[in-house]
Formats: sequence, structure tokens, C-alpha cells
Amino acid sequence: MARITFQRLDDHSPYFWGLLALHAMVIAIGLGAFFYMEHHGHIVTGMNNAIVWGTPHVFAVFLIVAASGALNVASISSVFNNLAYKPFARLSGILAISLLVGGLMVLVLDLGRPERLTVAMTTYNFKSIFAWNIYLYTGFLVIVAAYLFTMMDRTLAKSGKATKFMGWFAFAWRLALTTGTGSIFGFLVAREAYDSAIMAPLFIAASFLYGLAFTVLVLLTMCRETRQQLMSEEVVAKFLNLIIIFALAVLYFTTVKHLTALYASEHHGVEAFILRDGGIYTLAFWLGHVLIGNVIPIVIAAFLSGDGKFFTGRRGLAIASVLALIGGLSFMYVTIIGGQAYPLDLLPGMKVESSYLDGQVASYTPSLPEVLLGLAGVSIAMLATGVALKVMPFLPRGLEADG
Amino acid sequence: MRMKRHWTKLAIVVACLAAIVAGAVTGPVLAGPPQPARGKGEKCVAPTDWMRRYHMQALKHQRDETVHEGIRTPRFSLKHCFECHQVAGADGRPVSVADPKHFCRTCHDYAAVRVDCFECHASRPGEEPIRTGSTTDNPPAAAASGDVAALNRYLGDAKR
Amino acid sequence: MSMKFVFPEEDDGVAARGGGTQGAIAVAAAMPPADVVAVDPVDAGRRWFLKAAAVFTTTVLAPGVTLMAFGDIDAANARPADQPVSSAQRWGLLIDAAKCQEGCSACVTACGVENGIAAPKHAATDSQWIRTLKVTDPRNGATFQMPIMCQHCTEPPCVDVCPTGASFRRADGIVLVDRHICIGCRYCMMACPYKARSFVHEPLHDQKPYAPRGKGCVEGCSMCVHRVDAGGTPACVEACAKTGHAAMIFGDLYDKNSEIARRVATYRTTRVRADLGTDPGVYYQNI
Repeated sequence: MARITFQRLDDHSPYFWGLLALHAMVIAIGLGAFFYMEHHGHIVTGMNNAIVWGTPHVFAVFLIVAASGALNVASISSVFNNLAYKPFARLSGILAISLLVGGLMVLVLDLGRPERLTVAMTTYNFKSIFAWNIYLYTGFLVIVAAYLFTMMDRTLAKSGKATKFMGWFAFAWRLALTTGTGSIFGFLVAREAYDSAIMAPLFIAASFLYGLAFTVLVLLTMCRETRQQLMSEEVVAKFLNLIIIFALAVLYFTTVKHLTALYASEHHGVEAFILRDGGIYTLAFWLGHVLIGNVIPIVIAAFLSGDGKFFTGRRGLAIASVLALIGGLSFMYVTIIGGQAYPLDLLPGMKVESSYLDGQVASYTPSLPEVLLGLAGVSIAMLATGVALKVMPFLPRGLEADG
Repeated sequence: MRMKRHWTKLAIVVACLAAIVAGAVTGPVLAGPPQPARGKGEKCVAPTDWMRRYHMQALKHQRDETVHEGIRTPRFSLKHCFECHQVAGADGRPVSVADPKHFCRTCHDYAAVRVDCFECHASRPGEEPIRTGSTTDNPPAAAASGDVAALNRYLGDAKR
Repeated sequence: MSMKFVFPEEDDGVAARGGGTQGAIAVAAAMPPADVVAVDPVDAGRRWFLKAAAVFTTTVLAPGVTLMAFGDIDAANARPADQPVSSAQRWGLLIDAAKCQEGCSACVTACGVENGIAAPKHAATDSQWIRTLKVTDPRNGATFQMPIMCQHCTEPPCVDVCPTGASFRRADGIVLVDRHICIGCRYCMMACPYKARSFVHEPLHDQKPYAPRGKGCVEGCSMCVHRVDAGGTPACVEACAKTGHAAMIFGDLYDKNSEIARRVATYRTTRVRADLGTDPGVYYQNI
């Protein structure tokens, strides 16, 4: 097998600069939105006392979940010894770090008192999964950075032992991180849409899918930029297979979650809301999450991509990945906002109403500052990745370089 | 030639720095040290020099005790400070922190240290419950103001 | 021979909490002295009975009267200022929904005035520490009303989830937000089964000195902790008593002699979502 070499992104089109500039602009606008929200208070957003977490959290959790999944490609090579993925391990690592940073930025900037971040980092209530997550997230950044070091340092990379150790460590940590993120919701007894142990494995399955989708899209963009074949046909076929498997896993856990809830008359209200009566939430669930996010990518990857099929392998991979990411945002929207919209059942069996909007489905409209902040998080991740690729040799050198 | 260009750049940088330093140094000199208004009563709850240096530590310690343990000794209670350290405005009533004459602002504006206590805390002593325009069909009875008065009495009676 | 019966005054410590024991003491104090009984046993006995009954009734009613007239801030009964709260006490509320009049919102109004909260204009974003629930039975259309606020649980989900520990339970049972360390993440609002917490969405002005609150922090019913620490009762309880409905009682659940403890031991009470195991400190009758 040919020796893998790595390259910096030196030789690229002017469009790449344009892309970086675009991301920088989105970030600047997003920061402006943050200052506007912080100055005037959350009254300028669509969030209220019933829907306390809105679009910023949808983006933030999405990015964080994708970040832990983006490490997968590296993990498969280090932990599961599948050498076909080894060329992409470095990119996978740096993408994981960038996505996590982007997600965390959005989360922190949406706090009611973001200037108290230092308080959050020094005062802990360890019964809170949030407190654990602060350590899991920052620890992830450090561990993946160390993991990258073991891969990129000549002496350490030679023996491979350090890489293996860090690979296992990072993999275990990443599973803990995603479990912690899913448990943010799973630990809440108050909300009928959450309160379930299945939230953690559901988020882990989702992280596999979204992380892979991001990795694939970045790789495909880099193929374009370097004008090299960074992925062999064999690897493309492998990625298509992975998409099928991961999307099936997401569908499985989604099905189990809802089937179980449907079995309990206690939960018929919230299930009817999400699955049938919830308006935008029902739409986001069936159309966004199930169909666009999982079923169609499976169909494309399994039947429509490859030699002689409707799409080439790479095109099918790109489309499936984009759809999976759209599905990811939909899934987060239904979970986070739909879960809050359904009213609390204060007196089971009775109907309640009050001046505090008890007993009714809460209404929420995403506001522009929220959306801008969320998009800025994505741009932070992409800009960080782009800059990193230029600065250090994360990209594999294509096996068939173009001149 | 090259030497001349270097010297010009250096001169510009030094001139800018000098301007900044001069502004920083002369501003306070021109404005003079702050003159906080004299509080009521004979003396403060602690020596002035000590208070100037440590009032934030004292307040932080007090706030933890008050909030978490319900200890409401008035000595370092923020609310209690304003019993003496209130500054009367044009209408004779104590000014809030929005007014530069406010006791805390006299020094804090000078030292350019932002006080964000008053995002939440009232910056002047309690008075009659203020009825903002939007409240109530049932105005609470006189007992409400009696409560405030009773609280104030309680606070006033507490040992220093 | 004048019978001295105890008419509770503001300083006398006969607050809603202590009605029971004080009543007993008042009756004892009203017992006739021995010489009166010796002179004319039957008449003296009758006179004594009537006066004792008057004393007893007055004393039982007196807490309500005190509440109405004096606002029930009781400096003499307050815990000393330098003494920390202890877990020997647990403050709680007992609310009789049968006495809560549909359409009355005195408790809500009083809370707003006491804590400097403007009456809600925008129901979605304005803070509401207490609100009245209008409850309808879908099977027969029967309705009733009950106030609901922070339930001051022993196992509060909001305390469990707060990353900084700003949401905490004081030793005497009152659940509060330490706004000095609240970062405004709103996780406690997600976690509370009672929708007890509010988030301050705008900059605030003219806060009450004894009830600091501000933008970016989460807040909720504090059981008027500033009043309780001064020996008083929450504003909502006081207001309800003033209206005459007297649907709300405040007191120390751990004090067996307190009215609230005796009532909770006597009458069938329940708590909202008791199945969740949060052990709320707010008890309800007739819900």
C-alpha cells in the first residue's frame, strides 16, 4: 500500500478565499446579532418563558453532536484498525475540534449573562449534567488535540502506540460527550418528550450520521480545491455504506423511542402532538428528520449512487450528506423546540389554563438575531477548519495528483 | 535611504504613544481625585481606608451569607449602605445610580471600574412601594407600606 | 375582676404560624382566679365559660385580624439576623382550592407589588412568580381555581440541573436563585415540572431593595424570603387573608404545633405531581 503523505492546502482556487471571506462575514454579522441580544435582553428574540431554548440551541446542539461524530473516521482507523480511513484521520480530528468550538460559541453567546462564563468555569454543581458537559467539551478539545499530535508528530506517529492509545481515549471520551449531550434532555423528568434513557443512544446514532456528513462534505470540497482524488472509489463506496448504516441506526432509535411512548396512554398526548397535531413540529419530524434526513439518503446511497447508477458515487455521497444535515437540523428543531412547546401536565386528567399560558401549546417563531447567531456558529466551525487546513498538513495527498 | 524610512516610522510610533500616555496621565490630574459625598452618621461601619480597598470583598462575603444562609446582619449589607450613603438629588429624594452624583459612581466613574450590582439591586433606599402605571386593580391596603416601614425599623434597630 | 385575655398585637408574636399554641395560652390566661370561683360558683362558671369562649374565638380569629391590620411583619419572632437558617424548620404553604374564588387574583397582584414585578402585559415573556390556574374537568365541565407558584421541593429538579449551583435549596426549605452566580442558561426552566421559573428578558429598573432582580437571570417565587426572615408571611398569603377568602396558610411544616402542620396532619391534602417524587412544600386541599 502506498505511503500516505499529507499536505497543506497551498494550491487552491480564489473561490476558497471567497468562501473564507463569506464565513468571516457571517461570523461578524452573528457577533453583531449577539451584541444586540445581549444589550436589549432576550426580549428581542423569539424565545420566551415557555420556549426557553430556541434556534441558537438547535444549531449549537447540532454542531456539538456533529463534532463528536466527526471524530469517527479517525476512530475507525485507530480503534477499529480499518486502514482505509487512515488518510482522513487528521482531517476528522481537526473538523471535530472546529465543529465543537462553533457549537460552544453559540451556546455561550446565548446565555442570559455571558460575561459570567468565568463563573461557569469555576463554580460547579456536579449533579448537573451541564456541569459535566463543560468538562466533557473542554476535555474533548484537549484530547483530540493530543490525538492529532500523536498522529502528526514524526516520532510518535512512527511507533503508532501513542496514536492507538489516544485513539481509544478519544473514542471513549467522545461517546461520553454525546451521551452527556443526549442526557441534557434525557434527564429531564418534567418534559414528556424527553425523560427517557433512549435520548443518549439516539444522540450517539445521530452523531455518527451528522459527523460523517460534515467530514464527507469538507473532503469533497477539498477534492475540488486541490484538484486531486483525495478519496479512492473504494473509500467513496465505504462512505456510502456508512451513511446507510448510520441513518438506519437513527431511524431505529427514533422508532423505538416513539413506539415505546405510544404504548403508554400517559404519553399519547405528546406523541399525538409530535407525530400528528404539532403543525411545524410534525412537518419537521416526518418530512425533515425521517424522510429528508434519513430515508432519502438511504435510498440514494443504497440504490442510486455508484458506477452505472443515477448519480456518481461522489455526487450521491454529496447529496446524501447535505440531506442528512438538513435532517439533523430538523431533528434538533423537533426535539428541542417541539419538546418545549408541548405543555406541562400539571394536573393529569384535567385541563388547565392561566395567565402564564399553562395548558396550551407554546408558540415560537425563530427571530433573525437567533438565526444569525446559529449560522455564525456553523461559519466559525468552517472558517476554523479552512484556516487550519491551510496552516498545517491535515489533508491527505491525493493518490493520483493532478500534475 | 532605508535608515530615513525607519526613523520616520519610529518617530510616528513614539508620538502616538506619547499622546496616549499624556492623555492617560493628565486626565485624572486635571479632573482631580474623586470627592465622594459624606455619608450620614458619625462614621462608616469600617474605617474608610479599609472600606475603599475591601468593600467588594466584604459585600461578596456578605452576599453569600445572606443569600444562602439567611444571615442579614446589616453591617455589610448593600441595602444598609444606602441608609447613610444616599445622595439627595434636585427633588430632595436620593438619586439612583443613573445619576453621576450617586455615591458609588463618584469613585467608580473615576477609576473606570464598572459597577454592575445595580442591574439587579436597587441603588437607593427603599421607599413606599412604587406603583408603576401598569399595576393593579386591587391596590394593596396600607398594611403594605406598613410592611416596608416595619422592615426599615427592623433594619435600623439591628446592631452595627 | 377583669379577665385579661390576650388580644394579639403586632409585637406579641401571635402570627399565623403560632395561632395554635397562643390560643391555648390565652385560654389558660383567661381562667378565673380562685377567689372569684369561690364566691359564686355557678355564675362565675358561666361567666368564665362565656369569656373563655370569647377568648378562644378571638385568639383563633386574631391571626387573621393581625394579618389584615398589621401586615404581620413580626420583628420579635424573627430569627436573629446573625443566625443562619437551619433545617429544623421547613417553610411551606397550604392552599385550600375550595376557598380560592374564581376570578380573584389578589395573591398575584400582591406578589407583583411586593417584589416589584410589573403586571404581565406580554404573557409569554413577562415574569410571573405566582399565577392562578383555572382548572376544568373535561368530563363534566366543572371548574375551580387554584394559585400555583414555586413548590419549594425537597428534591428540586431545578437545583439538580443548575450547572453553577445558582439554583439552590436553603436549609429551611426555600428554593432560591442566587442571581450572583446565575449565568442565565435557563436549564432550570426546562427542568421544572411546575413552570415555576421565569427568565428576565429585558433590563429592569426601580427594583425593590429587598427583592433584587435583573436581566439575564432566572427567577421565581422566593416565598417572600425577605419577609420570612423578618418573621412575617409571604405577600400572597397575606393578601388572600385580607380578601377574606383565607385560602392560603404559611408556616413551618416541621413544627407540629403550627397551624399548617396540624392541618396537613388532619385533612386530606395532596401536592401537584407528587408522583414525580420532588416532595413539594406546597400542599393543596380540594384539587
